[in-house]
Amino acid sequence: MELQRPLPTPMTPEAMPYWDGLREGKLMLPQCNDCGKAHFFPRIICPHCHSRNVGWIQASGKGKLYSFEIAYRSLNPNFKIEPPYILAMVELEEGPRIMSNLINIEPDPAVIKCDMPVEVVFEKQTDEVTISLFQPAS
Amino acid sequence: MKELSNQVAIVGVDESDEIGSLPNVSQLSLHLQSIHNAIADAGLKISDIDGIFTAGQHSPVLLGESLGITPRYVDGTTVGGCSFIIMVGHALVALYHGLCDVAVVSHGESGRSGTGVTRSRDTSLVGQFEMPYGFGGAPTYFGMITTRHMHEYGTTLENWADVAVSTRAWAGLNPKAKFQDPITVQDVLDSRPMFYPFNLLNICLVTDAGGAVVLTRADRAKDCAKKPVYVRGAGEGAEHTLVTNMRDLPMSRATTISGNKAFEMASVSHSDFDHIMLYDAFTSGPPIMLESLGFCKPGEGVGFFEDGKSTPGGSLPINTNGGGLSYTHSGMYGIFPIIEAVRQQRGECGDRQVPGASMSLVNGMGGMLSTAGTIVLSHEK
Ligand SMILES: [Zn+2]
Repeated sequence: MELQRPLPTPMTPEAMPYWDGLREGKLMLPQCNDCGKAHFFPRIICPHCHSRNVGWIQASGKGKLYSFEIAYRSLNPNFKIEPPYILAMVELEEGPRIMSNLINIEPDPAVIKCDMPVEVVFEKQTDEVTISLFQPAS
Repeated sequence: MKELSNQVAIVGVDESDEIGSLPNVSQLSLHLQSIHNAIADAGLKISDIDGIFTAGQHSPVLLGESLGITPRYVDGTTVGGCSFIIMVGHALVALYHGLCDVAVVSHGESGRSGTGVTRSRDTSLVGQFEMPYGFGGAPTYFGMITTRHMHEYGTTLENWADVAVSTRAWAGLNPKAKFQDPITVQDVLDSRPMFYPFNLLNICLVTDAGGAVVLTRADRAKDCAKKPVYVRGAGEGAEHTLVTNMRDLPMSRATTISGNKAFEMASVSHSDFDHIMLYDAFTSGPPIMLESLGFCKPGEGVGFFEDGKSTPGGSLPINTNGGGLSYTHSGMYGIFPIIEAVRQQRGECGDRQVPGASMSLVNGMGGMLSTAGTIVLSHEK
């Protein structure tokens, strides 16, 4: 089957626990072992306390829709999902914000609300790559 | 830092020979035309240049090499479209300390035609964490900031449209502006949906264009061809590359830091400005910048664009060249608001001249309000 989305590239070594987790249906987040705060994107130093003692936790997969856009076109020829689709910025329960798509809801600004509760849905792309999408929380 | 205020002046400004759609002009030529024109505007010679400042794909070394000069000061700080505004501050420091005597800040970008352009940039973060979801291109990010602003402050699509209408009114008075016909709020609301909350008329142009600014110390500026425009204050700030890491989405920390520094150096307060230039890649940018710069409370920036305040004849003219929305936007727009502010301070702007303009603010962003540069310019010391 033809890919509908550009695959994540180039994968960086410090992000591999994130991608390995998604393949197993887990949303993993880097979290500092010293100050206990999570962050995103994965990196080797904690942006909150600057410790290099950074580990990983499994996120709950719950959060809120911090902000959104409705795309009526695509600027990337490798992104083949038919518009309109929803660009989503999700603030996870653990604190960090990540980009995704909001699915299983009408792409209508009268329906989509900032701060609405959302939950993760996993979507397999290839044997190596699974990504996290979000839908309104059940 | 107050000792830096008024020590340096902008003595030359100009665009490339033409701006717009220029498939037969390379990006490098846009630079060289602009430098040539701005140096002539200053009444100086290219051989006088000994400091080169530029951002983007071409290094300051290449510009010097192309001009056949060997600069003794170079700066290639590339932090988005405001880089050129930031570089006015960098040039100020270098000139003040005698590290160079004549500085040129140059921009050339074949943003529309891609002539003589090699695209290459680091994509390790956006490639992994954003592009799989359809992100890519400024409109897919700046809308996030804009939607959140609407959620927190109740800003409406009509409010953003006011910015496009005001800016187009100014463009109608600038013969170099790409779009000059007046528009209405309804025109903006009826234009083609692109990325909610943006329709086509909420988004800047994409053009080919260059521009350059020449600076020297105030003592030497008096001998140049045109009235010097003094750099009274300069500031910069940098917060994020990924908009997910912008701490408070409708408020730009980089802009607040940058503005405070520039205002302090210049010993000015908000009410001292009678002319304002704000980087307008999107209609929501200028109001959010006014809020982040402390001109008003969060959520109230759109008020500057209501009731004709910012328009020709208004009490606080904003984006008098017609802006990135209607005049030109090559990609890294930041050189152009500087050029316009200098022309306003010289009184060269014809139909769009702000009567008695004596204090201009130039504030720009890089990325998605990720970085900021602010300068305060005046023809008076
Ligand atoms: Zn920490």
